Amino acid sequence: MMEPGLYHILFLSTALFFTGVYGFFSRRNLITILMSIELMLNSVCLNFIAFNKYVWPGKLDGVFMTLFIIAIAAAEAALAIAIIINLYRSHQTIDVSSGEEMKY
Amino acid sequence: MPDLIYILTIPLLPLVVFLLLGIAGRNSFNKTGGYIGTLSMLVSTVLSLQLAYGYFFHWGKVNGVYQHFIPYKLTWLDFSEGLSIDLGILLDPITVMMLVVVSFISLMVHVYSLAYMKGEERFGVYYAFLSLFTFSMLGLVLSSNIFQIYMFWELVGVSSFLLIGFYYQKSSAVAAAKKAFIVTRFADLGMLIGILIIAFQAKTLDFTLLIERLGTPGSEWIQQAVQAGFLGWPVISWGLLLVFVGGAGKSAMFPLHIWLPDAMEGPTPVSALIHAATMVVAGVFLVARLFPVYTFSAPGVLEFIAYVGVFSALFAAIIACTQTDIKRVLAYSTMSQIGFMMFALGVSGYGGEEGLGFTASQFHLFTHAIFKALLFLCAGVVIHHVHSNELDAMGGLRKDLPVTHICFLLACLAISGIPPFAGFFSKEEILLAAYEKNKIVFALALFTSALTAFYMFRLYFKIFWFKAFSHHGHHKEGSPVLLIPLCILAVGSISTGFIPFGNFVSGDGKPVHTSLQINFSIAPVLLGLVGILAAAFIYKRERSGGNSTSVIYMITKRKFYIDEVYLFITKKIIFNGIGKPAAWFDKNVVDGLVNFSGTITEKIARSIKKLQSGKVQQYTMLYLAGIIVITLAMLYFFNRI
Amino acid sequence: MNLWLLMFIPLITGIAILAASGSKTIKWISFAGASVQLLTAVVLAWLFWGLKSSGITDDFVFQSDLQWFPAWNIGLHFGVDGISVAMILLTAVVVLAAVLLSWNIESMTKEFFFLLILLSAGAYGFFLSLDLFTLFFFLEVAVIPKYLLIGIWGSGNKTYSANKLALMLMGGSALILVGILTMYFQFPPGNRSFDLIYLSEHPLLPDVQMILFPLIFVGFGIFTAIFPFHTWVPDGHSSAPTAGSMFLAGISMKLGGYGCLRVATFLMPEAAQQYSTAIVVLAAIAILYGAFATMMQTDLKYINAYSSVSHCGFVLLGIGLMTKTAITGAVFQMVSHGLMTALFFGVIGMVYERTHTRRVAEMGGLMKSIPFISAIMFIAGLCSLGLPGLSGFPAEMTVFMGGWQRTETIYRAATIAGCLSIVVTAVYILRAIGSTVMGPLRNEEYLKFGDAAWNEKLAALILVGGIVLMGIAPMLLYKLVEPATENIITNIGGK
Repeated sequence: MMEPGLYHILFLSTALFFTGVYGFFSRRNLITILMSIELMLNSVCLNFIAFNKYVWPGKLDGVFMTLFIIAIAAAEAALAIAIIINLYRSHQTIDVSSGEEMKY
Repeated sequence: MPDLIYILTIPLLPLVVFLLLGIAGRNSFNKTGGYIGTLSMLVSTVLSLQLAYGYFFHWGKVNGVYQHFIPYKLTWLDFSEGLSIDLGILLDPITVMMLVVVSFISLMVHVYSLAYMKGEERFGVYYAFLSLFTFSMLGLVLSSNIFQIYMFWELVGVSSFLLIGFYYQKSSAVAAAKKAFIVTRFADLGMLIGILIIAFQAKTLDFTLLIERLGTPGSEWIQQAVQAGFLGWPVISWGLLLVFVGGAGKSAMFPLHIWLPDAMEGPTPVSALIHAATMVVAGVFLVARLFPVYTFSAPGVLEFIAYVGVFSALFAAIIACTQTDIKRVLAYSTMSQIGFMMFALGVSGYGGEEGLGFTASQFHLFTHAIFKALLFLCAGVVIHHVHSNELDAMGGLRKDLPVTHICFLLACLAISGIPPFAGFFSKEEILLAAYEKNKIVFALALFTSALTAFYMFRLYFKIFWFKAFSHHGHHKEGSPVLLIPLCILAVGSISTGFIPFGNFVSGDGKPVHTSLQINFSIAPVLLGLVGILAAAFIYKRERSGGNSTSVIYMITKRKFYIDEVYLFITKKIIFNGIGKPAAWFDKNVVDGLVNFSGTITEKIARSIKKLQSGKVQQYTMLYLAGIIVITLAMLYFFNRI
Repeated sequence: MNLWLLMFIPLITGIAILAASGSKTIKWISFAGASVQLLTAVVLAWLFWGLKSSGITDDFVFQSDLQWFPAWNIGLHFGVDGISVAMILLTAVVVLAAVLLSWNIESMTKEFFFLLILLSAGAYGFFLSLDLFTLFFFLEVAVIPKYLLIGIWGSGNKTYSANKLALMLMGGSALILVGILTMYFQFPPGNRSFDLIYLSEHPLLPDVQMILFPLIFVGFGIFTAIFPFHTWVPDGHSSAPTAGSMFLAGISMKLGGYGCLRVATFLMPEAAQQYSTAIVVLAAIAILYGAFATMMQTDLKYINAYSSVSHCGFVLLGIGLMTKTAITGAVFQMVSHGLMTALFFGVIGMVYERTHTRRVAEMGGLMKSIPFISAIMFIAGLCSLGLPGLSGFPAEMTVFMGGWQRTETIYRAATIAGCLSIVVTAVYILRAIGSTVMGPLRNEEYLKFGDAAWNEKLAALILVGGIVLMGIAPMLLYKLVEPATENIITNIGGK
């Protein structure tokens, strides 16, 4: 069995990223959109780890950055859910198209 | 020369009165304002007479020549090297003579107005305006600087505006005041440009220097000034011509005369003061002031002045024959007489026997001021009596108004040039000067002089004879205050002709020998008598039928349609042809462009605002597309990634 | 004298207005502030005069330099010459009169007076600054509050006018900003400066000047209603409240003239010489065109606004002619027009408060009912048409006299065009006055009007006093302004 290399991981993370992009564009539910964003973030994390391991094995920059992203993502998720809850309270829905007032 | 600083009080006294009455005249001095004004005028007149006496008989003459004195000068506004507006006093024979005329006539009018304007709501304000006018006119004649004269020129114009429009609630008075101001203002435009030209050529605005530079035969300044040409004429001639246009505007020379008849909307004493005796001769004064410059720098202009003068004289005399408003007849006669003064200057030479025209012109100015003021003041009494300006409402008044009747008759004889009244002497000199210089002018002048006798006596007979006695006599002729000025002026109309004017006033300061030539006088006097007899024949008694339907009569009655021509030019050409398009252009083109740029911005904004849809996913999509485009572009252009 | 005083007084007044309560208190505070400022300005003129007559030949005196933003070498560099002193006096007089004539403002009094004082602070800063950046800053301070003044307290089509005015003036400012930034960046880093004196000693290359001069001149020109960028004037003036119109016409338009002279012509002499024909032609167009357009107006405020276009043409004409006499005349005209137009707008405001109309055709015979106001209107009109004894006459005549000294045909033609306007001016002024003040009494109601109140009388008398003083003693102003114009002329190499 072949040892998985950098390209495999990059392929996986690209697939993950575009899955997230697809989800972001096609879903109407804000929770799903949030999940899609998390997918994209995770794909980036995966990239960082992979580059760290295969390109500069002696360093830890990629790991730090990943941890940093995880922390930020947590905060972001909390914020996003707060916004979603507020939207639900005011519009009785979490459909993304319901928040279209801020235009023109 | 004695200390002459006291001369300043002559013009400043009316100014103080103006300020006092102008500020407080409505409330505090409404009744007493007249007496304050009259008293101050009396002081000014006495000072002027004293000055004239001193100047002409004591210290004015040095070695047989009357000198120029500049007792006072203040630099008012510097323009540049050599060019400055100075407020100063210039004393020479014509100034002193004008001072006497202005202050004396003004005093007469002040006294007369005490009775004439009595009970007027704005009595104090009236005297304030009169004082303003007197101040301006005195300042004008005292000016030592051509720009100073322009300043007072404008002030005189505005006080004339105020006085013509004194009955400000009458639309016709307001219109007349506006017309007078705008027409003279238009003429002043010429004067202003003329002053600019002269100032540039002579590098000075000071009269004394100006005359020294441009009024001395053969001076290098003249040679320089004559060299520069514009449209085939020397620039200096254009300048002097334009200055004359300014003078023609104030002096109501054809074709700038249209304001004068309308100006009769003002109170009658005002007409006597401003529009007969003083302001309207300002143009004559201006030309006389610059006379050496005209003679030596631009003789062509002087000839032009002669023709304009004699034409105006004839033109006005013809119109005067058909007018039915007593004051308008007098207004046209004023225009005609000023024409005499103007062409007298035009045919005059400088100094010696040649200079007779100058002396004659000033002499006529002097005598005319007196008898024309008298005529107007008499007309005022008549108008007061019958409450109308129209000749039709008058007639047979000689018993009702005996004093006025005599005074009016004397003045008519004076203006008609019948010996031994004042007008005879001055007019003879003018005719003589014209005869020696220019026969065409002489012939026209002679005819005009006969016409003058005709229309003046037409007026006389229509007022005092014509009908049987009609008793308007609900009140008498008027208070003595009204009649005293008449009598004084009547005495003046008889006696002033005997003044040997040539001894005092001449172009170069040396006496001019004037003598009556009996042979020469026969023709004008006879023609004058013919005019009087013709008037007596037609107008002494009322007769049925008239010639009022002939075409010539109609054209003359409508004043040769000059007013209509002006109306056409102003209403149709200036307002509709320039003003309206300018306003339209501004509203639609210039402002349109501004609004258009606003509209365009708005349109663009409207068309791209759709992008701001509020759909988060759409934004992200665009964002992603953008990133992809940029990435591809970088790959393509830099080939680095 | 410390010029900071002139900035502090409006500032303190403004703060006091914000802190105060009650409409009466606010009005009195504004009045006091404006009066103290006028006194200070008079003292400044007095001291300036004393300094000049003691033989000091510095171009700018009372200088004080404060580093404001050292990294970019921006300083609050204050200093005055005769022209600035004249302008500061003008501003102080007009602001005091404007405060007095706003006595009847009852809605949002605090905001109104604060903005008015803020505007005046901007104008003072503008006239004091010798640093182009702060000069620009104060220029903006003197623009933006006007948007609010017109938008909130205005009348008629006020939103449109406020937008138009603010946008056009901001457009002008943008041009100016480009110009002064280019001047700044012409030097290598470390030597960069916005300082006017420094810049005048290190002029731009003639080629650069040729590009920058139109930008800056037109930018300031928009403030002075240069043709064809004058259309904000009629709309802005007619919609503004009385005090706003007074400030706008009396001071704002002078900011432009002052800037054209101080920044454009002074710093770019070569280009100024090159462009002088164009300026003169534009000015002559503005003078005549403005005058003819005025003739057709029917609203008193429009009449005065269009006549302002015409009169400010004289300012540009004087600057464009570039002789000492003409530039002196331009400064005279700025002062004269400032006083006269403020008076005119003030008196129109007084009339409007009584008749509730500004249309000429609907009035008549006001002399009967409100003689004082009518007389003041008369004086304003006479000043506008250049009557000797009032301020318009020496100003216009000085421009003409200076213009005629340029012998080229185009300058002569422009001067004659300027002269021609005195007739047209007479026509429209007399039309306006003849049918409002004079004529038969239009409405019996008019007889019930009260004549001017104390504040109106005081305001009118202050302005009339200025007009008459300048009219009968122009030599005072001449002595103030002459050294400064001399300095400008030597710098730009004119005659």
